[in-house]
Amino acid sequence: MTAKTLIAGASLYLFPAILTAQGLSTADLLKPLANDWPTYSGDYSGKRYSHLTEVNQSNVKNLTLAWTSRMTAGAGNAAGGGGGGRGGGGGAPTIIGGEGAADASAGAGNANIRASILEVNGVLYLDTPDNAWAVDARDGRALWHYFWKTKGGTHIGNRGLGMWGNWLYMETPDDYLVCLDARTGKERWHVEIANFSQQYFSTMAPIVVGNHILVGTGDDLDEPGYLQSLDPETGALQWKWYSVPMKAGDAGLETWSGLDAASHGGGNVWIPGSYDPETHLYITGTGNPSPAYTGQSRGEGVNLFTCAMVAVNVDTGKMAWYYQTSPHDTHDWDSAQTPVMVDADFNGKPRKLLVTASRNGYFFTLDRVTGEHLVTSKFSDTVNWAKGLNANGQPVRDPAKDYDIGGALVSPNNGGATNWPPPSFSPDTGLFYVPTSDNYSMYYLTETDPRGAMGLGGKEEVGVATLGSYLTAIDYKTGKIAWQHKYPTGGGAGNGILTTAGKLLFAGDQGGNLVAYDPANGKILWHSRIGQVSNAPETYMLDGHQYILVAAEGSLFAFNLY
Amino acid sequence: MAQQPPNQTPPANADAGRGRGGGRPEAYPQHPPGDPAAIDRGKATYGVQCSFCHGSDARGGEGGPNLIRAEIVLRDRSGETIAPVVQNGRPDRGMPKFDLSAAQISDIAAFIHSFRVAGYDISRDRPPSIVVGNATAGEAYFKTTCAACHSVTGDLKGLAGKITDPRSLQQAWLMPGGGGRGGRGGAGGALAVPPATVTVTLPSGQKIEGRMERIDDFLVTLIDADGLSRTIRRDGDTPKVEIHDPLDPHKNLLRTYTDKDIHNLTAYLVTLK
Repeated sequence: MTAKTLIAGASLYLFPAILTAQGLSTADLLKPLANDWPTYSGDYSGKRYSHLTEVNQSNVKNLTLAWTSRMTAGAGNAAGGGGGGRGGGGGAPTIIGGEGAADASAGAGNANIRASILEVNGVLYLDTPDNAWAVDARDGRALWHYFWKTKGGTHIGNRGLGMWGNWLYMETPDDYLVCLDARTGKERWHVEIANFSQQYFSTMAPIVVGNHILVGTGDDLDEPGYLQSLDPETGALQWKWYSVPMKAGDAGLETWSGLDAASHGGGNVWIPGSYDPETHLYITGTGNPSPAYTGQSRGEGVNLFTCAMVAVNVDTGKMAWYYQTSPHDTHDWDSAQTPVMVDADFNGKPRKLLVTASRNGYFFTLDRVTGEHLVTSKFSDTVNWAKGLNANGQPVRDPAKDYDIGGALVSPNNGGATNWPPPSFSPDTGLFYVPTSDNYSMYYLTETDPRGAMGLGGKEEVGVATLGSYLTAIDYKTGKIAWQHKYPTGGGAGNGILTTAGKLLFAGDQGGNLVAYDPANGKILWHSRIGQVSNAPETYMLDGHQYILVAAEGSLFAFNLY
Repeated sequence: MAQQPPNQTPPANADAGRGRGGGRPEAYPQHPPGDPAAIDRGKATYGVQCSFCHGSDARGGEGGPNLIRAEIVLRDRSGETIAPVVQNGRPDRGMPKFDLSAAQISDIAAFIHSFRVAGYDISRDRPPSIVVGNATAGEAYFKTTCAACHSVTGDLKGLAGKITDPRSLQQAWLMPGGGGRGGRGGAGGALAVPPATVTVTLPSGQKIEGRMERIDDFLVTLIDADGLSRTIRRDGDTPKVEIHDPLDPHKNLLRTYTDKDIHNLTAYLVTLK
């Protein structure tokens, strides 16, 4: 680990620390997850493993509610009438921005909080589509609320804010990056990050690395995916990396039927990645190729670099390596799962690893410096779309399971054996934790035009059954399931996981409970019924007390010990 | 192969794309409806000048790309971004230039913009039926796999008369009582499926039985014989909870079917009028 310490020091040198009063410095962002939660996964590793131990196995049974706070979306609390409006999560004024003509009351009501919530210096920062809040981390009081008047776009969710100094960054469904002053909620600037008329929509939590803001977008037409780096001061473009070939000579073009197919090939980058300060590699997952189901127009190739883990150098925007987890995907199984960086032994030697459980039902361990494949395993035993693995450990698709006019029975369903909600890794147990599900759908081909359809068209999926939903612990060395907690109902996989050095694992369950488990064996240690948990639990330390924070049914809940 | 006429006015409920926000207007607005006369003129000009390469429905033809998803078309309002490409050509990609006026190109744009883009892409060449299997093979499969519990002269008599849509029938026999997560609307509701029941054995040995209402790791709720709701606390394996799901055999079979089995069985069951 000495090498890591040395190089981490070098990284500080390379990225001049931006230190502002009360603000978040780039050096803060390089630290392992501790008292604050300053970026999407808490720290860059994606482990969602906290070193905090005040709450631990011996006392978690005493964990109790510190506060709860309801977030109300929409512009109902606009500070128009002298700031006298109430609501919006505690009477804070609502600041309105945006380029849309939409009625400001659109989307008002209970906030659907799917985001990871930042905690910096005693303030929480969270967002939902078109809405951002600052909330006092000690009592849940809203400090300000920002509302963005939208032009439209797919309002499926928002995965969190990014922070740099005193500035917050929010993606909007109509494809802007908005920079807010974290102290006041006032808008500093906004820039367009994708073309709305091409039906892009933006949900990703921006990731700040040094003087780069990394942003990605989504699209359900056939438009190309890309990752961009913007200047945190101005929003100006630094570089743009496309996940599909865009011009003659681009790498991977030979895996498509041609340039038109490639440059309309999807592969959108809509989930935050992880970052290795030693190699300067930002590693993230790319989305499905497009058209998603009727893929014949894409040719017979593997459609690079869709459905892949990709390592992009943050300084240059150039890809260092890739590993495709679903070659030539035909089920919209995005490989959009935040990968987890693990420094641990592999075959008796310390190694820099990357682990991910993919929506398609397969788990992978890779070398994160080179992209070398190390382990593949299937974590849902109903998964039936692949004939086996190739020499590089990649699942080989069975074309008979793409779809059928008479219906093809396929596991998993479109929602996947897992999905984007964050997994976790505990160095204490050496186990990777992920919400999983065994499920089936029938896929009917509904478009016999030999050119196929666009976007997600051309098929109809009809759900059949979920046989089981689980909290699953996987050994990164073998890919084998170490233990599984089967939920009594099959309501689908959960919304994300936290592990801590207190030898605890927190996750929401199917019955509306926040539950603490023993990460060694899945034994239940504590629970509280708060309603359907909608995001991954988090933790932070304030005034000498450790808080466990989670969102459920439009409210925040913070637990601690007294 | 011959193409069906393009479907220019898909049903309003066709927008089944992901994640529409409640109460919000359509995520990606369509072009405002064009002047029908301009669309007709544009269709005629397009048919002569463009359709060979780009397809009669603008989704691509002999060598020319799909225009509906093309950035230049998506950005265009009334021909202003299309015109430079048409008038100058794309020599690097083999597209010649066309001697068309701005007004003619505006008409062509009106025609192209009349195709629906927003939301879920509507299937245009739908297969006539999902019944693709062999009924005789399906009958044989029924006898070996299903006949232990079901009878075509008993509980399944007239099944295809009750569920007339073959796809609904197929989904219904695969999983009576409705679909799982991730798809829309199983049609199994047309079949009467007995509810799951639960037996809770308290440490005293007393058994409480009823219709399964809900369960998690901490509580189980049942509806007892009097129709009353009872919730019982769970602490690990105490009390003992046994769930009896009448659909378990159907769930277990999912691991064993081939798609051919499914298609054959459906081909047989649709004959049970």
